Amino acid sequence: MLGYIIQRLLQAAIVMLAMSALVFVGVYAIGNPIDVLISPDATQDIREQAIRHYGLDLPLWQQYLAFLGRLLRGDLGTSFVLNIPVTELVFSRLPATIELAFAAVLAGAFIGIPLGIYAGYRPRSPLSRGIMALSVLGFSVPTFWIGLILILTFAVNLGWLPAGNRGPTVEVLGIEWSFLTWEGLQFLILPALNLSLFKLAMMIRLSRAGTREVMLSDTVKFARAAGLSEITILRRHVLRLISIPLVTVFGLELGSTLAFAVVTETIFSWPGVGKLIIDSITSLDRPVMVGYLVLVAFLFVTINLIVDLTYALLDPRLRRGGRAA
Amino acid sequence: MSALLEVADLRTHFFTRAGVVKAVEGVSFALGRGEILGLVGESGSGKSVTGFSLIGLVDPPGRIASGSIRFDGQELVGLAPERMRALRGKRIAMVFQDPAATLNPVLTIGTQMALAVQAHGGGSERAARDLAARTLTRVGIPDAAARLNAYPHEFSGGMRQRVAIATALLHGPELIIADEPTTALDVSIQAQILAEMKQLAKQSGTALIWISHDLATVSSLADRVLVMYAGRIVESGPVAAVLRAPLHPYTRGLLDSLPAMARPGEKLNQIPGSTPSLLSLPPGCPFAPRCSRATDICRTDPPVVTEPGRMALCHHPLAMVAA
Amino acid sequence: MTAAFGAFWDEYRENWVAVIALAVVVVIVAAALLAPWITPQDPYDLANLDLMDARRPPGFVGSGGYEHWLGTDAQGRDLFSAIVYGLRISLQMGIAAGAVAMSIGALLGILAAHSGGKVETAIMRVVDLQLSFPAILLALVLVAVLGQGKVPLIIALVAAQYAYFARTAYGAATAERQKDYVEAARATPLPGRRVVFRHILPNCLPPLIVVGTVQVANAIALEATLSFLGLGLPPTEPSLGMLIANGFQYMMSGRTWISVYPGIALIVLIVAINVVGDQLRDQFNPRLRR
Repeated sequence: MLGYIIQRLLQAAIVMLAMSALVFVGVYAIGNPIDVLISPDATQDIREQAIRHYGLDLPLWQQYLAFLGRLLRGDLGTSFVLNIPVTELVFSRLPATIELAFAAVLAGAFIGIPLGIYAGYRPRSPLSRGIMALSVLGFSVPTFWIGLILILTFAVNLGWLPAGNRGPTVEVLGIEWSFLTWEGLQFLILPALNLSLFKLAMMIRLSRAGTREVMLSDTVKFARAAGLSEITILRRHVLRLISIPLVTVFGLELGSTLAFAVVTETIFSWPGVGKLIIDSITSLDRPVMVGYLVLVAFLFVTINLIVDLTYALLDPRLRRGGRAA
Repeated sequence: MSALLEVADLRTHFFTRAGVVKAVEGVSFALGRGEILGLVGESGSGKSVTGFSLIGLVDPPGRIASGSIRFDGQELVGLAPERMRALRGKRIAMVFQDPAATLNPVLTIGTQMALAVQAHGGGSERAARDLAARTLTRVGIPDAAARLNAYPHEFSGGMRQRVAIATALLHGPELIIADEPTTALDVSIQAQILAEMKQLAKQSGTALIWISHDLATVSSLADRVLVMYAGRIVESGPVAAVLRAPLHPYTRGLLDSLPAMARPGEKLNQIPGSTPSLLSLPPGCPFAPRCSRATDICRTDPPVVTEPGRMALCHHPLAMVAA
Repeated sequence: MTAAFGAFWDEYRENWVAVIALAVVVVIVAAALLAPWITPQDPYDLANLDLMDARRPPGFVGSGGYEHWLGTDAQGRDLFSAIVYGLRISLQMGIAAGAVAMSIGALLGILAAHSGGKVETAIMRVVDLQLSFPAILLALVLVAVLGQGKVPLIIALVAAQYAYFARTAYGAATAERQKDYVEAARATPLPGRRVVFRHILPNCLPPLIVVGTVQVANAIALEATLSFLGLGLPPTEPSLGMLIANGFQYMMSGRTWISVYPGIALIVLIVAINVVGDQLRDQFNPRLRR
């Protein structure tokens, strides 16, 4: 197990290194790096000072090492527009996005898995066909359009829920959370639902496919032969058997949800990192773009790592190193 | 002695897109308490489907089309699913071919066995695990209480099958259906498990239906044997008598293809041809196309039962050897 | 070949939902091709627009003297015309991006499978890494770096999608590679190119077509999303995403048609393509055959 963890940590570090190189090449080496680092309105003096400060007169590989060094110290530069250190800016926005992404993924899983198991258990029933139609819609209809319809329905026409912005927050452990009060939760519902529909569709498909396969297995037949009730078989045997691929996807989806939050946050004016990157792209605030990309890459690698480790925990065959015959 | 199980004219059909597959077509037999019955046939002969029909676990698109299964006087065909479930594992248990596939790889065997205990009348988790441990000891698993926390992959193939057998024995069933439980095991383990199963069945007075493609296995274990072909029982009788002097040419063929029956150096006699498609059986005897004794009547008319005491579905049964 | 196609069509016809979806796709493609002849207005010609006609509800008869079936947008464009032209752009971008991504992806996938060794490892590592990274983010960054316009947008869409094709082609090609006849073809001294074109490529095509269909729909959705975020095409050539974005601000005041009609056109197109793709996948997938 320990060897496995070390191996995975090394892989994660290599991926992170590759990503940082890509971001570096993408934003620093293409175009004039000084434009990336300081505002175009800066005076000539400041420009030259900055060129020396960031070592832009050095060869590229030295610059990359310097970039890496700053990265490791958490120095990502300062936003042109807001004049705040990028690290600080991104971390101040991150809780809102994480809250939204978690709410979306959890909703997707808690609604999607039971629906998917049912659809896999009774594949021919009309309800199952309805569930599958829902998942086709969730997969193919763009997120922004669903968000629009949600706002139109629940905020404009029915007036039940707010159309945008984040509600009041409560500080816990030094971080502002909005899901702890009913009022804050109301603001969270629509964006979370919007963001979750794609996950929901995916969870439905995966758990349906898994359930269909497992229901035909000898494990289920044997459990039936022992007289277990269908509900016990589904809850204890099937759920555990399909959970391994589900956890993998659940984790990976958490990462892509952070990315897709870009769209949802824009529609619902949710003040998270997704809204931040769109704002920074439109205002050409490049340090913020770099900061966001590095952060997302880092989150991705971390989540992948956690997923792999959870995988090992869930599958006893992997836990003790070698695979079963 | 009244029979524990009476099966009469059982028909289990699979309603597929390509047509109706008559996997079991008119099977009748009876089984006494504590009796060991061998059910023999090639793959596709309907022997496994017969087993699954008895325990009410035929997968769609298959279902019991007609016939009767009386277990201890109670009719099982058409029994409400919940009452059928209450019988399964409690009074009728089943052991499958491949223990690596039947046991859930991601649950400890303690959890799986406890679920099987609690499926019939709850009780505490503690008591369920105690019963599981005692039953594992009975089937010869050492240090059973500690092994409850192990996962299936931590057991060898033979030990895994012992776990499956213990799961079947948990409630002291009156009937165990064993569907080729030794086929997936090493030959040395096969003999061991076979002997242990026989002993456990005799000890507890449990009736056993042993499904196998291997006539040799069955001969060492069973009191009586049924030979199935194309969904029908083509021959039945006491094991010794059937082995000594088979009536049906198909049984003869099965016997001749056994390595133990051949003289060293002699080529094994395989039955020519293969199992017919159950979708389109010939009107007469289903074995006729592969049978060396077949005549015109075999190709047109279904064969008839001939021998009293023993049974064979054949127009031209082999002569009984004088005892 | 004709007989095979006939049998394929017979099986396809069994699913009436898929037949309707195919009809919808055909109608939309035809409408997009014939846009200049079937629409009352050229929405790109600013001379045609009159702000007096702006934000009028469906059924309004404007200064052009004809009825605006679906109303007008904030610039006074006839929405029906704008939608048909928008579909035209969406399809152009989707098909162009899908075709380029398919060519590059198939090339890389087959190259990886055919050459093996380090080339295989290198290509597939990159492809897998990219598959785990959300397409939308990659597209977003590329558009931000490259600027707005059709070519940057297509580059962004291709970069976001080629990996799916590469995976698919690689999977199909490695499966083919195992088969005896490729071995046999290799044993006889045929040039590698012939093996690829005569044996491997034809067998990769069915899965590539399926992925291609779905990816065209995804490209259209992605393009609409980028345009909705204001990062797609310039405002002079409004795609469906931009029409929806422009109408979004008027939705709160009850002028819902400006967003809703282009949105309906968009999802009808995407869902129809997806349904066709699903049916093709079911028909090409030997595991689901009965």
